[in-house]
Amino acid sequence: MSGFNLYKYSSPATFYVLAGRLIPWFYAAAALLGAAGLYVSFFLAPTDFQQGEAYRIIFIHVPAAWMSMFIYLAMAGWAALGLAFNTRLSFMMASALAPTGAMLTFVSLWTGALWGKPTWGAWWVWDARLTSELILFFLYLGFMALQAAIDDPRRADRAGALIALVGVVNVPIIYFSVKWWNTLHQGASVSLNTAPSMAAVMLAGMLVMALAVWMYAIAAALSRVRCIILERERNSQWVAQMLGAEPHPHPNLPLEGEGTNVEGI
Amino acid sequence: MNAISALLRRELTLAMRRRGDALTALFFFVIVASLFPLGVGPDPKLLHLMGGGVVWVAALLAAMLSLGRLFAADHADGTLEQLILTPTSPVVWIAGKILAHWLVSGVPLILMAPVLGIQFGLSGAELAVLMWSLLLGTPALSLIGAIGAALTLGLRGGGVLVSLLVLPLYVPVLIFGAGAVDGAISGLGSEAHLSLLGGILILAFMLTPWAVAAALRISIE
Amino acid sequence: MVGMNWHSLSEFIHMGGYALYVWGSFGVTALLIAGEILLLGARRKKALTLVRRTIKFGKAENDEDAA
Repeated sequence: MSGFNLYKYSSPATFYVLAGRLIPWFYAAAALLGAAGLYVSFFLAPTDFQQGEAYRIIFIHVPAAWMSMFIYLAMAGWAALGLAFNTRLSFMMASALAPTGAMLTFVSLWTGALWGKPTWGAWWVWDARLTSELILFFLYLGFMALQAAIDDPRRADRAGALIALVGVVNVPIIYFSVKWWNTLHQGASVSLNTAPSMAAVMLAGMLVMALAVWMYAIAAALSRVRCIILERERNSQWVAQMLGAEPHPHPNLPLEGEGTNVEGI
Repeated sequence: MNAISALLRRELTLAMRRRGDALTALFFFVIVASLFPLGVGPDPKLLHLMGGGVVWVAALLAAMLSLGRLFAADHADGTLEQLILTPTSPVVWIAGKILAHWLVSGVPLILMAPVLGIQFGLSGAELAVLMWSLLLGTPALSLIGAIGAALTLGLRGGGVLVSLLVLPLYVPVLIFGAGAVDGAISGLGSEAHLSLLGGILILAFMLTPWAVAAALRISIE
Repeated sequence: MVGMNWHSLSEFIHMGGYALYVWGSFGVTALLIAGEILLLGARRKKALTLVRRTIKFGKAENDEDAA
């Protein structure tokens, strides 16, 4: 673990403070963009002549689906960085992203069902997109369950990173196979994107909403990574200093400086 | 090459000593597939349509059931740590171990599959496609499953966890495997499915041993 | 109500007969986001308590507590 200070930028101590400064901005951006997106989805976008008002669900469904996939990619990216450069912060970011990604996957499934009932007449249709999204949900759950089952943080970090990478290699194969399966069985071929002719205002609404979800996801992940840093580094001196208290002169307390790596906590 | 054949021999000898485990997974396969007609009713037409999918899902679950013993015994007695230290590349002996595991747990499933297929009224040609699809698919299941087995080594609740990790990754194999049989039944042909299954097998064979090696290092150190 | 779509609040809430689906989607999403923010707050509070206890009592006792 020598040479960790080369990656000063990725030191949890520095990042903890930086993230704390950034979080309010991301929440503010999410709120503003969310308000603008909701305004577009309910007031600017006209009623669809085929689906009526039910189609407004896609303003939350499509951005949630986009972001659920994007977050999985980001998670795998952090996991790869962690495995390649052995930076603990990368692993922590991967763990911090997973619950938000799983939540958005669930949102996309839930809203997909609520959109499907009035549009297809069924709560659940084995459409290629919905099915892939369901499998993505399982991938998120597997990642979180694996990390939760391992007590040693170092092993949990690396095992989670590996399964995230294996998952990301599989996602395109899974999507392709599900699509193939869906077309062969002539299942629901109506997809969200082909249903109404995509008006510019709709696309704009979905993009603004997607940005809002993106900002929210960053804010939530940063908040979570700060919790993870505190939980894991509670024995290090910088945490004690930051909280404005002199550390207890306990023989077990490690005496590293700011940003050093404390293994095996 | 000598080391590999020695390893294979060792794995097979060990597996033969623990015949009971492989037999349990095989009976599980038979029982799961036999439960379906009891659940959905004896309509021959429906059963014929479902047959390929049911046998494939049962094979998937049986393959998963036997993953636990892929590395567990070697982990418990410390052999695994020795193997990681050997001069042979870990990828080679990992591939050997998976091959041995497949010979013991996958091949019996392929041989048993026609018996189950007959229960669902599959014809001779359809049974042949079912066996071909399992021949191409079950090694891929062993390869992909080995990653899950390596990552959950020694964890409490490892068995349930491995299913959560591995089953979503099994989806493409299931789709193309069961799809091949469906193609034979509907007369659309099953060559495309079998080729894709072969593609998955080749990809899995090239990539998974590396992932398993990394997973074992993570789990052991 | 602003915009060309709705003439009254009740019309807006009614959503052309799709209120259950539209508000079910947006409402549950809002609840989930609010829930996540609340959970994050609770986790942070817990982590800070853990850190304060660690600082006060030292590492060894605390780790036994946490385990």
